[in-house]
Formats: sequence, C-alpha cells, structure tokens
Amino acid sequence: MIYFNNVSKIYKDAVALDDVTFSITAGEFVSIVGHSGAGKTTLTKMIVADENPTNGTVFFESINVHKLKNKDLTKLRRRIGVVFQDFKLLSNKTAYENIAFAMEAVGKSDLEIASDVPHVLELVDLSHRLDHFPNQLSGGEQQRLAIARAIINQPELIIADEPTGNLDSINTYEIVQILKKINDLGTTVILATHNRGVIDLIGERVITMENGKVIRDTKNNQ
Amino acid sequence: MTELKRITKAGFTNFTRSGLVSFAAVLQVVNTLAVIVTIILLQAVLYSSLNVIKDKVDVTIYFNVGASEARIALLKDSLLKLPEVANVSYTSASEALKLFRDRHQNDYPTIAALDEIGDNPLGAVLNVKTKEVSQYESIANFLKSDNALVLGSSDIVNHSNYYNNKLVIDRLNTIISGAQKFGFLLTLYFIISSIFITFNTIRLTIFISKEEIGVMRLVGASKMRVRGPFMVEGAIYGIISTIVTLLLFWPATAWFGRNMTGFLGLNLYNYYISNFFQIFAIILLSGIILGVISSFFAIRKYLNK
Repeated sequence: MIYFNNVSKIYKDAVALDDVTFSITAGEFVSIVGHSGAGKTTLTKMIVADENPTNGTVFFESINVHKLKNKDLTKLRRRIGVVFQDFKLLSNKTAYENIAFAMEAVGKSDLEIASDVPHVLELVDLSHRLDHFPNQLSGGEQQRLAIARAIINQPELIIADEPTGNLDSINTYEIVQILKKINDLGTTVILATHNRGVIDLIGERVITMENGKVIRDTKNNQ
Repeated sequence: MTELKRITKAGFTNFTRSGLVSFAAVLQVVNTLAVIVTIILLQAVLYSSLNVIKDKVDVTIYFNVGASEARIALLKDSLLKLPEVANVSYTSASEALKLFRDRHQNDYPTIAALDEIGDNPLGAVLNVKTKEVSQYESIANFLKSDNALVLGSSDIVNHSNYYNNKLVIDRLNTIISGAQKFGFLLTLYFIISSIFITFNTIRLTIFISKEEIGVMRLVGASKMRVRGPFMVEGAIYGIISTIVTLLLFWPATAWFGRNMTGFLGLNLYNYYISNFFQIFAIILLSGIILGVISSFFAIRKYLNK
C-alpha cells in the first residue's frame, strides 16, 4: 500500500531522512519509533505530500504522491486520515462542525452528515460535547475528536503523529485502544511515537529510526 | 449549489465568531470607504467652485455702430456651430445703451454727455462662453480668420476683449488645470494607500488562520472550499462597512449643508442626497471588491500545499 523508495530529505544544514526504504501492506498497524529529531514526522508528512523529498519516491498504492497535481492530491488526502500531537482542530468550529467539515470536504450530503457525526462522536465518547469548541475540551477529548475527524470518511489509512504526546497515561491508553479498534476494522494505521510504552501496548510491527535512517524494522515481539 | 450554501454559511459563521478581528477589519474598510466618499464630496466642491470661476470668464465681441443685425445673427450662428462654444448671447445696440444708462445712472456728467450726442454711440455686442477656459484662444483666432467670418463680417466687428483679458484667462486656465491634476493625484494617493492598508488588515486576519487553512487542506478540502468562506467574509466586511460609512456621512453632510454651504459654494447635504444611489453603488462595489479581492489574494500563499 505504501512504498518508500530511497527517500531522503535534506534541509539547509540537517538531514531529516537519509535513504529510507520500506513498505507497508494494507491492514497493517505500523509504529514508527525514535527520539525527537529522528525523522518520524517528516516521514509521515511525506505520505500526504505535506513535505517533498530531496531524493527518492513515495508511492501510495501505484500513485507517486509527489507527482500529483493539486486537485489529485486533494483526492488522495481524502483517502487518508491524519491525527496530530497538537490535534490541529479548527478552533472556531464546534466539535460537531469540525467533523462535519471533513465530511463536507469530500462532498457528503447534509443528511449523511446529520446521521454520521453524532454516531462517530458517540464512538469516541464525545456525544455530550458536540456543541463545545476545542478550547472547551480537555487534551484527551481534543485528541479523541481529532481521531473522530480522521476516521469519519472511512479512510484507507490513518496516520497518527505522536497522538499521545500531550496526554496522561489514562488518555494515552484510551487513544491506543481506539486506534487498535480502527485497525481491527481493516484500516491501515501508521503511528509515530517516541513512547516505548505505547509500542508495547500495541504489540505490532515497529520501524525504529535514528538520525533520519531506518535502523530496525521488526515485529515488536521479535 | 450545496457547496455554495455551505461556503456562504461558513463565511457568515466565521464572521460572527471572529468577533474583535471582524470588528477591526470592518473598521479599516470603513476608513477606506470614508476616504472614497470624502474624495467624491471634495471633487464635487472643487468642480462646483471651478465652474463658478469658469462661468465668470467670457469673451465679448463689440460691433461697429450701425452693423446690421442680420449679419451679426449670421456670425452668431457660425459661432454656435463651433464645438467649443457653450453659449452665445446677443445684446442689441439699444439694449447696450439702456444697460449703459442703468450702470451710470448716478454719473451725471456721463449721462449728460450721452444726451448731448443724441444718437446711440454704442454698437451691438455678442457675449461668447466656451465649454473650457482653454478654448477662448481658438475663438479669438476664429474671429480673426477670413474664411470663418463669412460674407465680410470683419468690417462689422469693432474689437473683442480677448486680448485684454488674455493674461487673466491664461492664469485661470493654469490654476484650474493644476487644481484638477492635483485633485486627481491626491485622490489616487489616498485611494491606493487606503487599499493597501485594508489589504494588509485582511491579510493579518487570514494570517491568524493560516494553520487552520493547512489543516483544512490536509483533511481534503478543495481550494475553493477553503478560500470561499474567507471571500464571503470579505464581502460581509464590504457590505457592513458600506452601511456604516453611508450612515456616518448622513449627519456629517447635514452639518456641512447647514453651516458651510456659503463657504464651500455647494450644499453638501443636497448633493449627498441627490446622488445617494450613485454614491451607494460606488461604495458598495468598492467595499465588496476590496474585501473579496483582498481575501482572495491574502489566502493564496497558504493554499499552495
């Protein structure tokens, strides 16, 4: 499903990715682990073409994502849900509207929006918060809302970049369980984290990065 | 259609929820529109003053005593056919005498001398007004040219006062065209600087949302879906600012109309009311175009990803 082929990203005076090659098949739950600055975020941004590689190619199925025109890139992004460490919710929209916006973006009807949004909010246990703005929600609630937004259009891939970075252990556990549930339902999940505990909780494939290189790619129990 | 409805609704929602930011943007657009209305009113005052001055300038053609009215009428007709001429008025010899007597009714020696002569010593007069002050010279030249003064009119013309007044006319012409050029440059400067300030204010309001714009793009929103609500917001700034500006100018022009009409030579309130729909259309269009175009360009750099 995802294929990184000798991908490098070099900023002015720093190497963010150094000749990275790996592939991910559909339905996998892959954790990318490494210290801050190891290149995890750059790598996840490459998949949605939020960053361009200096060298190499990134494929989503048979699509070279960095060769896409703006319109086609928009279509690709609709097939991917993204969750960020800092949530990146739309601050002047309510919880309901944040999710409705993602549905409107893909052209869903008002009827579908009215029926699906309450359902997904219930799934992440935010039914009672649908009229609240992001700044009226706790960190854990904001992250659950971000996940709800990421999954609402039933994407083929979820990318979660340090989704538990700002959360306490209880909220971290909840988020990991939600991501596992999403993966169980058939969605591919890529999780970038520096938290070993989270990886142990998941117990799936782990790609370890250091100084922009992939230094290990293994099942957690191997 | 659904997309348009959603974009419009999002624009309105963003406007109401942005509170202070929207207020600041509206205030800035009001400033710009107020500058435009002020300039419209100042131009009206300037042109009305210039017209009063222009109206005071004319060229008078004095005819010989006894010149036939038919030939004078012929010259009048040929003058009226000139595109530069706005108006030609004829004063007969007897009317000229009557006016002379009226003007000098308290000047006994002059009236006595006139009575002594017996006959009317004054000739008929044509008073010529041109559309522009600069055109008097061409009228003077026309009077000198043989082919223009058909049927030998040159022998009935005594003289014209153009060359006596030439210096004053030339100076007035310089002042009027200078005032018009200066007014135009001043207008251009104020309008351009106001547009730049407004553009930057709107750019700042969009800069605040730049991260959210990136997020919208990442969740798969099309460029139009992201840009549209900002443009609607821009249009709302324009509409509200138009209403506020026109309301502010209502009492302001009324005050000027009551207290400054003598000084300005124009009742600004009457001018404002009688041209209200034209001013409204100019301001509304300027406001909306300013808001929408500023938003369109301000958001462009954040949409590229």
